[in-house]
Amino acid sequence: MAQPQPQRSKAELDAEFSELYRALLRDVYSYAYYRVGNHHDAEDLTEQTFLQAYRHFERALRESDGRPLRPWLIRIAHNLAANLYRDRSRRPVAPIEDTSELAGAHTTEDLVEGREQLSRVLDGVSQLPEDRREALVMRFALGMDNREIARAMGRTDGATKVLIHRAVKQLEGIVGDSREASDE
Amino acid sequence: MSEAPSFEGLLHRALAPVDPPEDLGLRLESALEDLTASAAEELEAWELSAMRDPRNWARPLAAVVVGGGAGVALVALRARRGAARQSAPLPAARAAASRAAEDLRRRFDRLR
Repeated sequence: MAQPQPQRSKAELDAEFSELYRALLRDVYSYAYYRVGNHHDAEDLTEQTFLQAYRHFERALRESDGRPLRPWLIRIAHNLAANLYRDRSRRPVAPIEDTSELAGAHTTEDLVEGREQLSRVLDGVSQLPEDRREALVMRFALGMDNREIARAMGRTDGATKVLIHRAVKQLEGIVGDSREASDE
Repeated sequence: MSEAPSFEGLLHRALAPVDPPEDLGLRLESALEDLTASAAEELEAWELSAMRDPRNWARPLAAVVVGGGAGVALVALRARRGAARQSAPLPAARAAASRAAEDLRRRFDRLR
């Protein structure tokens, strides 16, 4: 039987939220950046995500039953991003608008070894269907496991595993085709 | 000779985490502080005005009503018993209701 959660004071809630915010700011920002493809919108999306999370934090803690809150936060960011595109009456045709900018954010070693290859992968990611793209961002940019991704996307663990497997396979195909085309 | 990186390794490098700009953290902390402060001010203002404005007495009154519930139930029961004995039940019920209201008023006055 689930144990009742202890009541928290306002100060305790604020302290817990500060901890969550510091621990997950980079994850939420990374997700937002790969989702919207530019710093300006990613900043807005991150800010709105944390403000909304703050409003519902007490309930989320109560209902999380001790599980990590990262999937809940990412789900908020996902919903807000969907609203952003709906409000602007456009869909994210190319969510990573400037792959060279993203590739440029990597280390010097990366740049030397395969900047072109990384750009090709990012181009490929942007061509994937939205759910596959998001699953890959959660797995590789945020390091989330299947269970966390499943919770963030509202799917079963099994369906998530299949989704990621198919996403990687499809992306490999896209990148392979692109490499062959450039070699010709 | 170096080994060719796996595709998943390549994906890890391509989708590297992106650091947020420093000013985003500061802006967000300030927005959260404002939100907390405005919520506290709102609560404080409500508490002060609540006891001045009779429209906001509903909450303490509800507590009195709940607390006095047993008493009212007892009075109503007496009224029904009395009504069963009397040939004119309505005046008896009205008198019981009046006693219940008077009882509530006294309890509320004690709380003020």
